[in-house]
Amino acid sequence: MTPVESILKPQIVSAFDVERIRADFPILKLKVDGKPLIYLDSAASGQMPQPVIDRLVSYQTTQHANIHRAVHYLSEIATAEFESARRKLQHFINAREDREVIFTSGTTDAINLVMHGYGRKFIGAGDEIILTTLEHHSNIVPWQMLAEEKGAKIRVVPINDAGELLLDEYEQLFNEHTRFVSVMHVSNALGSINPIKQMIAFAHARGVPVLIDGAQAVPHMKIDVQDLDCDFYAFSGHKMCGPTGIGILYGKADLLEQMQPFKGGGDMILSVTFEKTIYNTIPQKFEAGTPPIAAAIGFGAAVDYLSEIGMEAIATHELALLNYATEQICRIPGVRIIGTASLKTAVLSFVVDGVHPHDIGTLLNQEGIAVRTGHHCAQPVMQYLKIPATSRASFAFYNNMAEVDTLVAGIRTAQNVFV
Amino acid sequence: MNTKSLYQEVILDHNRKPRNYGILDNASHHAVGHNPLCGDRLDISLNLSGEHINHIAFHGESCAICKASASMMTAAVKGKTRADAEILIQEFRDMALGKLNLDGHHHLGRLTVFAGVRDLPTRVKCAILPWHTLHAALNSVTTTSTEVTDDSMHAPVDSAS
Ligand SMILES: Cc1ncc(COP(=O)(O)O)c(C=O)c1O
Repeated sequence: MTPVESILKPQIVSAFDVERIRADFPILKLKVDGKPLIYLDSAASGQMPQPVIDRLVSYQTTQHANIHRAVHYLSEIATAEFESARRKLQHFINAREDREVIFTSGTTDAINLVMHGYGRKFIGAGDEIILTTLEHHSNIVPWQMLAEEKGAKIRVVPINDAGELLLDEYEQLFNEHTRFVSVMHVSNALGSINPIKQMIAFAHARGVPVLIDGAQAVPHMKIDVQDLDCDFYAFSGHKMCGPTGIGILYGKADLLEQMQPFKGGGDMILSVTFEKTIYNTIPQKFEAGTPPIAAAIGFGAAVDYLSEIGMEAIATHELALLNYATEQICRIPGVRIIGTASLKTAVLSFVVDGVHPHDIGTLLNQEGIAVRTGHHCAQPVMQYLKIPATSRASFAFYNNMAEVDTLVAGIRTAQNVFV
Repeated sequence: MNTKSLYQEVILDHNRKPRNYGILDNASHHAVGHNPLCGDRLDISLNLSGEHINHIAFHGESCAICKASASMMTAAVKGKTRADAEILIQEFRDMALGKLNLDGHHHLGRLTVFAGVRDLPTRVKCAILPWHTLHAALNSVTTTSTEVTDDSMHAPVDSAS
């Protein structure tokens, strides 16, 4: 055993039984080309534990009907379960009220909702929106569309070589035209955890509202939207043991009430005549049409599952994985870790001298290891770092130390192919 | 899936020591190929003398599959006519997409080492990019992309996002 192994391994076993947790994830038993699957792509999408799968099945087999519409038995059950899922999500992020929790199809949809509902109403010509170099394309493109439509301007917070936001520069971007800040909590490409609480306080002192893209944060740490005091917080179910097609936009009630609806249709109205339509109250105002009911209920089951394990325990285990993997990968000659912020989630982006990330990805796949290669929907980060792409191993609480060892061996094997 | 067959010695050798690597002075035809999904960029220049490809060179940033494909392509089309090169382009593309009968009549020769990409949809574009770019150069389109959808050459390739 290396010194790191001997320090970390026993601790983990006592604090957190990862093998028991792994048994909850049927997909982890899969073989790829005869090799056990090593799933290190949870930042792109996480895997689903059996209790969540079971919940989807039980909903679909015994409770399904449309919601908010009929008086019959199934419709009432489905409505109650759907609203109960909303309250589970509310408590999971500690929102003050359940009507501040809007079901969307995901983070992208949630950001677009704020762009249309808030941005198009309150941001105009000459106004400025602050984003950061680290953003995922889903938190860049909607604002560019708005800026183009309104003649508004986008200002970008720069980063340093470690992948950390430059706070001084952030503060200097503010002026009398600043109308909105939209920033990610955790970088999907590099894992950097941004100092959003400080950034929110600074913006609020200047009367500027802040949206947080929490897609990569909620799966890995305890989030308290009241403590953060963010105005909006967006995240996706599929990155945190839930189904695809469901996500959350948290928004402060008074802001949500001032906003215009994003989509028009059924459920989002109180009354419709051809002369005038009266919109429903929040959250229904933003939930036009039949929502993904099963997915929302599955999302509720996912946060039950995470809560039972405990976000603190998850964060502790993932930090141990990050430290061990960082240490091990640093020891491989010719491998460089991209993203070395002092506060990180368990995301390891790396480049290997003389080997293109796509070749690494294909060769690791041969060993059953799933990593993501490419620009990770964050081209501005890659441009800043002057690299076309990286390989990214992203860990979740169901990964173990042995999988790190397999990754390290896989990288060495790939290197050997190219010597 | 048999990814092992993709990283064969021939491919690794061409990646290590690419043939016809560099820039051609006084090129008569030139094109830049780009795969925006992975950042690969390939520059191909050639000299046509009559209908024959007299000289050809490539350079750029890319993965091993793309680089080896470019290297072997330049070796294969050098001295050939434009029409023969177009036949190879078509056959290579069909092979990468799994539409070519490898046991039937074709002109690919050693280029069949790339047949394995057909099982790796996300890597098909890497292998095809040089050929796509050569096609563009021969037809004097100076920049091209694997995302050009109105080009029948690429319409069937799966997105590699
Ligand atoms: C930081 C970040 N923001 C936004 C998104 C978009 O999430 P979704 O595709 O679920 O809408 C992702 C997912 O890749 C992400 O990592």
